Amino acid sequence: MKKSIADIMAIRESMQSQIILRDNVDAEKEIHLIVGMGTSGINAGAREVFNALVDYVEEHELKGFRVTRTGSLAGEGHEPVLEVRVPGKDPVVYTDTTVAKAVEIIKNLAK
Amino acid sequence: MYRTHILVCGGTGCHSNNSGKIREAFEEQIKARGLDGDVCVVGTGCFGLCAVGPIIIIYPEGAFYSCVTVEDVPEIIEEHIVKGRLVERLLYHEKALGNKAVHSLAETNFYKKQTRVALHNCGVINPEKIDEYIARDGYQALIKCLTEYEPQQIIDIVSASGLRGRGGAGFPTGRKWQFAKNQVNDTKYVCCNADEGDPGAFMDRSVLEGDPHAVLEAMTIAGYAIGSHQGYIYVRAEYPIAVERLKIAIAQSREYGLLGKDILGTGFDFDIELKLGSGAFVCGEETALMTSIAASLVPVLLSRRSRACLENRPSSTTSRRTPTSLR
Repeated sequence: MKKSIADIMAIRESMQSQIILRDNVDAEKEIHLIVGMGTSGINAGAREVFNALVDYVEEHELKGFRVTRTGSLAGEGHEPVLEVRVPGKDPVVYTDTTVAKAVEIIKNLAK
Repeated sequence: MYRTHILVCGGTGCHSNNSGKIREAFEEQIKARGLDGDVCVVGTGCFGLCAVGPIIIIYPEGAFYSCVTVEDVPEIIEEHIVKGRLVERLLYHEKALGNKAVHSLAETNFYKKQTRVALHNCGVINPEKIDEYIARDGYQALIKCLTEYEPQQIIDIVSASGLRGRGGAGFPTGRKWQFAKNQVNDTKYVCCNADEGDPGAFMDRSVLEGDPHAVLEAMTIAGYAIGSHQGYIYVRAEYPIAVERLKIAIAQSREYGLLGKDILGTGFDFDIELKLGSGAFVCGEETALMTSIAASLVPVLLSRRSRACLENRPSSTTSRRTPTSLR
């Protein structure tokens, strides 16, 4: 179907959040959130935490953020573990993360 | 919403090394594991570094796997997608860095100092989906040109930008467009030279395969600037993937009303046709190329073509940089 200029703008808007993940962010400037996804981490809900963070980045079209998975970050018994690396600062490790806590963390980082 | 994107290179190099089968294997196994709501598999254009293909890149990590085979697919899904661990043995190992594993394409020695301009969509979007091109600001330059500028203003901007032909001769693009615009003629054509006969040169192919809409958009802008309503892309028949993706792109653009009559309701008409060259090296030369295109058209065109025809060579860098400089 033929599109109007407004239609093209709407497609651009809605598609941008879907491909924002593919932007290569500058490793020295980006805020890096790493979710420990060893077996026990996954059991404790690490996947839900990871998914919530990626969804937040996409929904709010945050630039300069990268959410990645890794193997176990240790801290068994206090999982899910979330490590936050802000350039120029010491890394911070959060334990017993929940979806709500993760969203609060990224919300504060994005301010 | 997808949380993981698996990008599989679909350029000619990787394709001839089975990347199509690798993509299918990912699609099947992702589906079989019920991950298809979370993970999308995307066939893209060329990432570069074809010698270590087939290449796949997985986002959000940006992990860059090289020399991947169909047999590696289950391990990548199990380790990377499910458990979140990089598959170290498939990461690209950079000789210049003492055979160290490189985690992402941007970290390789080759790309570290580069900013991709003409190829900025290659290996990022699915070239068969117009919406992904639009998401990366595709067709914004065309909209701007058609709604905000008179043709002469566009030529002035292109002249001022200093953009020159990327085919080797470096002829100023703005001046070429001005000559074509100044011609008093009822029919003018925009010709895109994608013949690329030069041995071992594949930059046109990379753009055509990886970002075909960029070529269409730039040609439409050129058409508006010089007063033409018809464009031809002269492309080698030996580039089957490029031809296929161009056909898809042209069909999508026509469907969206970005080619054809009354583009986006602005009253401007422009359409593009493909002409396949049959591998004669000489047809990369401007007058030979135009004669070759004209030979398959009505004879009357021969008498009109000579100076009214505009060669935009190569499609690649010129087309990509033109919209970039207009933004």
